[in-house]
Amino acid sequence: MEVSNRAEGLKETYDVAGRDFSSAGAASSRIKRILQQIGVDQGIIRRIAVSSYEAEMNLVIHASNGGRITLDISPDAVTILVEDDGPGITDIKKAMQPGYSTASDEIREMGFGAGMGLPNMQSCADELEISSEPGVGTTLKMVFMNR
Amino acid sequence: MKLRQVVNELNLEHLCGGDLDSVEVTGGYTSDLMSDVIAKAKKGDVWITNQKHLNIVAVASLLNLAGVIVAGGLRPDDATIEKAKEENVSLFVSDLPAFEVVGRLYNMGLRTNAG
Repeated sequence: MEVSNRAEGLKETYDVAGRDFSSAGAASSRIKRILQQIGVDQGIIRRIAVSSYEAEMNLVIHASNGGRITLDISPDAVTILVEDDGPGITDIKKAMQPGYSTASDEIREMGFGAGMGLPNMQSCADELEISSEPGVGTTLKMVFMNR
Repeated sequence: MKLRQVVNELNLEHLCGGDLDSVEVTGGYTSDLMSDVIAKAKKGDVWITNQKHLNIVAVASLLNLAGVIVAGGLRPDDATIEKAKEENVSLFVSDLPAFEVVGRLYNMGLRTNAG
């Protein structure tokens, strides 16, 4: 309890480099470690780990200059905010469809770009909001209730 | 069953990570699609795959998998093995095709992990 009180209000932002497959997953690992340290329920940690990993890989794969992931922990909820500066998503509805992907063959050969990232995040998060402007960037907010 | 039993039975080459005698294997999962694995593989699973790049380590670590078996005679490169050491992810290789690895594990009693 003492630990969890200390973490209330904790907010951290991680930079994720575009196209850097060698350190991809580092932000998600850090987020998972923090949640474990403050004693968040294992099932919630799993949902957050899956979602943050998918979001992180999207930054690595798609965002021209990478992006940022912000972890925001309040007593009631864990919020993951993912932001980048482009290229943006032209058709969000399509992007949310399972199986739809704009990833290159090279990315697909690595087992990414199967068009399951956003659907996975949607099924894991209690709330998911996504907004995007082509040429400007994408913002994705996921909320996980801490019950 | 312990990881040691899996390693012995399948004659796996152990590249790095993990204490074979203490890690418990509770199930198995096989897929080469990262999003499929991250969504469905469970804690305690061994993951059988033909992917051998560095990112298998992050997935295994995030999910607390018991280990990763790279099948089909494929070998992860040194960077992947180094990463696995850092994250304490148990990495194995087998010359057997993935189908054969999965079949043998199934015969040993491992199933898809529901939890």
